[in-house]
Amino acid sequence: MGIRFILMVNKQGQTRLAQYYEWLTLEERRALEGEIVRKCLARNEQQCSFVEHRNYKIVYRRYASLFFLVGVDNEENELAILEFIHLLVETMDRHFGNVCELDIMFHLEKAHFMLEEMVMNGSVVETSKANILSPIQLMEKAS
Amino acid sequence: MSGPSLMDSLFQRSLEDLIKGLRQQLIGEQAFISKSLEEIRKEIKSTDLSTKSTALLKLSYLSNLHFQDMSFAAFPALEVLSSPRFSHKKIAYHAISLSFHDSTPVLLLITNHLRKDLNSTNEFEVSLSLQCLSRIANVDLARDLTPEVFTLLSSNKLYVRKRAVAVVLRVFEKYPDSVRVCFKRLVENLENSDPQVLSAVVGVFSELACKDPRSYLPLAPEFYKILVDSKNNWISIKVLKIFSKLAPLEPRLAKRVVEPICDLMRNTGAKSLLFECIRTVVTSLSENESAVRLAVGKVREFLEDEDPNLKYLGLQALRIVAEKHLWAVSENKEVVIKSLSDADPNIKIESLRLVMAMVSEHNVSEISRVLVNYAIKSDPVFCNEILGSILSTCSRNLYEIVVDFDWYVSLLGEMSRIPHCQMGDEIENQLIDIGLRVKDVRPELVRVARDLLIDPALLGNSFLHGVLSAAAWASGEYVEFSRNPLELMEALLQPRTSLLPPPIRAIYIQSAFKVLVFCLHTCFMRGKSIAPSASLDNLPAGVSASASYESFDDFSVENGADVAVVHGQTCASAPITKESIVNILNMVELALGPLLGSHDVEVHERARNLLGFVDLTKPEILNSSIHENRDSEGKRVETSKIIKLMHDAFSKELGPVSSSAQGKVSLPDGLVLKENLGDLEMICGDIEPPSSNSFSFGSPYEEEKEGLSFSNLQIRDDNEQSNESTSLLAAHRKRHGLYYLSSGKSEMISNDYPPASDHTLQGDINDNADDLVKLTAESLIPKRKPKHGKPRPVVVKLDEVDEKPVAMKQPESRDDSLSGAVRDVLFGSEDIPPTSSQSNLSNSSKRKGKEKQHTDPHSKESAVGDGNSSSRRRKDRSQGKERRRKSPRKNDEERKDADQKEKKKSSGGRHKSRQRAEEPLKVPAQTPVIPDFLL
Repeated sequence: MGIRFILMVNKQGQTRLAQYYEWLTLEERRALEGEIVRKCLARNEQQCSFVEHRNYKIVYRRYASLFFLVGVDNEENELAILEFIHLLVETMDRHFGNVCELDIMFHLEKAHFMLEEMVMNGSVVETSKANILSPIQLMEKAS
Repeated sequence: MSGPSLMDSLFQRSLEDLIKGLRQQLIGEQAFISKSLEEIRKEIKSTDLSTKSTALLKLSYLSNLHFQDMSFAAFPALEVLSSPRFSHKKIAYHAISLSFHDSTPVLLLITNHLRKDLNSTNEFEVSLSLQCLSRIANVDLARDLTPEVFTLLSSNKLYVRKRAVAVVLRVFEKYPDSVRVCFKRLVENLENSDPQVLSAVVGVFSELACKDPRSYLPLAPEFYKILVDSKNNWISIKVLKIFSKLAPLEPRLAKRVVEPICDLMRNTGAKSLLFECIRTVVTSLSENESAVRLAVGKVREFLEDEDPNLKYLGLQALRIVAEKHLWAVSENKEVVIKSLSDADPNIKIESLRLVMAMVSEHNVSEISRVLVNYAIKSDPVFCNEILGSILSTCSRNLYEIVVDFDWYVSLLGEMSRIPHCQMGDEIENQLIDIGLRVKDVRPELVRVARDLLIDPALLGNSFLHGVLSAAAWASGEYVEFSRNPLELMEALLQPRTSLLPPPIRAIYIQSAFKVLVFCLHTCFMRGKSIAPSASLDNLPAGVSASASYESFDDFSVENGADVAVVHGQTCASAPITKESIVNILNMVELALGPLLGSHDVEVHERARNLLGFVDLTKPEILNSSIHENRDSEGKRVETSKIIKLMHDAFSKELGPVSSSAQGKVSLPDGLVLKENLGDLEMICGDIEPPSSNSFSFGSPYEEEKEGLSFSNLQIRDDNEQSNESTSLLAAHRKRHGLYYLSSGKSEMISNDYPPASDHTLQGDINDNADDLVKLTAESLIPKRKPKHGKPRPVVVKLDEVDEKPVAMKQPESRDDSLSGAVRDVLFGSEDIPPTSSQSNLSNSSKRKGKEKQHTDPHSKESAVGDGNSSSRRRKDRSQGKERRRKSPRKNDEERKDADQKEKKKSSGGRHKSRQRAEEPLKVPAQTPVIPDFLL
């Protein structure tokens, strides 16, 4: 399993989205998120985007007030994950139009759905923005 | 509690209301959440599916972002799932993938829902249920839904097919037997031209290949084709990952893929793909010189890039290269050393690891010197990181890379003086370990120990207490190598030892005992041979190791006349005179007297021992020094007898003890170790047991140093001591002014000493980096000829403990059965006709064609019979197969056998297939282990 979890966290360290590809209990999740957020948010822009934590590698990138954090195992290609994060942001941008924290808060389910289109079972399955968004648009039309 | 009324449903809060409420925080977040949860609990019982699903949606939100438990909603989620409306289904699937796991009780009930949706004509419903299956599948679900997944693997809707492919990984993991059903369809998808499906398939194979690469060697031609043809970077990266696993297993494959990978490396613009190529080359193709050279060139570009990400990854790649190609590191040494002072701690640590990877016995002292200088100037965290890695690297494999132990011991001493050092415990262990194992280093060890002990500033640093206890132990145990035992005595008894915790203090006292006995013994043995009247003259001290002794004629010899004398030269020892002995005895009485009231048993007892000994010997010594008459001669002999006895007791050398030594002691007859001690507990029930850590003995050969204290009460007998200690302190300060601060404005000292060594921290880091580069200019290149002044001393080794522990075999039954199943499919039933060894990649497609012929009828048949496909398939399997399925244990054994055979006839060898062993006539006589597609 390449990707273990995807987190979106704001500057204050509040989780805005959490997607796990392996089962963790709520307590484990809370502890893990706390540790990671503490580690990553303390770093500045000039430092690299990779942090080792427990047996994960965290690849993270900051967009405005939101941090996108992806936990991967050691085999994973860090730069590809950075590209993945960027793709995710671009996709959300295209859908919401200049995406911001509030968009994700109020459309959490949609954000999850986009992620599910892109990642399955911890590996990236879809990288075309049009392909990712077409089912969502269809569903919106239908409802 | 009744269900919600119609009104409740009408005025139900939507998710949006919930989020807005959370943001407004009128009543505080926690209060608002628990209020909403209460509402949700009510709403979720509603019979109206819309109300229920909204409640579920809100609950999912709270669970995802606010860590609220949603396990109570498992059954309602299933109810919503059964709704005909897609929007309800979506909410239910979302909730289920977030909250269900292997031990969710209602998991069994979901199978039919999933099956229904998997067979739905709405591709989005199918996709939702596949997505859900990929998150929650357990053994039962995987087994029951295998037929559906199998069908979807060849769905003509690409959207569905790629999801089915992705879900296969989880199904295989949970239920390995599904491999027999689905594997061929999965392989067929490898030839799919659609990038969506291909990306999913390659992703699955790269995960599978991580676990057991050997099973997937036969698919190498397909992967090769993708590698050459792919235009999609994501796919290329995954394929490269597969090859980095396969290439080490098959040298011919490695030769084959080097060219395309190098081409990719030269031409690609994507950094991620470039990095994957580099990583593949340095991990798996490191035999190929030109490819490695190319990769190292690219790594250099990474290292010189502004982007910290590339720098970090460059350093990582370099560390992998370093294992086999040290030249790559020395080519880039400037960058590496400069990175030690990078602004990013992660980059610093990475470059530190790289530096440590280069350490060998030729350059260990230079590199350590550079790093220690570096540690002095670093922040506390990184400083300890550096010290820790030096300690672990040097002690690796019983100090394998250390040749000059004198150097190493003094380095340990130096490291413990670094202000930020927190590695005291590790240094302590190593000092004692080296002292026990390496005989030749003991004089230097005592010298280092003396320097540590005599410095009063160190006593205030609690991180150093471990080091000090090791120093105290070493100076007592190896006192015969000391150049000035009297000085040691003073150091061990100095007033600031009251800052030490009781167990360490006990070690100090015990060491003082040893030193005292040594002094007396030397003095008396001399005294015997020379006339007693010479007692007021300076008696040459007996330092057994030294070749010659010089005597001085003044009494002030004690003030460290030999501090600067380098070891190895003839050292001038401070002579031990009657006078000085008397002084010392007084000092012992003064320092230890107050400790007789100590609450710590260990300190108390040792102090009493030492004082008792002093009481025994002191009168005699006083007598003999004032006037020597015949009468006292008899007594004198007695005293010297006692001293000799004690000396002999202490001079017996302690050797290192294997940690398994106890096991070798045979159990004496009549000793029952497992006797029930329950009765004892009843008797002692009301006695407080001592706190758990007070009995810790540590490793067996540290017995001297690990005092056992029966209470952890911190006793500061300051009140009694203050008078004595001030006078003692004054004496100490007079002698060792060197170590005291110059401004002696108050005689009474407070406990907060300045740090042991105040290095200027404001040095310009960049200047330092330049210096370091210069310093290490030679050290990174392996020296032409190590010129050791002396040969490496003997390091005592114990056979049992010091051997590397044998790697534990860890049977992974699930993975085993998974790869076993894959092998069955690829090698076993897929009876590839033994192609001629001349076949190459171009005609591998021909082989594939044949393979297809074999697989086609099979898959057609099972595609037709969806419902009972498994039974049919079983029928057309050979009998042998079935038998194997019935007896899994036997199957395992056979597999093991086969594996061994495979190993024996590794490359290009053929092995007799398992089928043959059972059903000799059905299958072609021999199947090649690896098809010869590479020649």
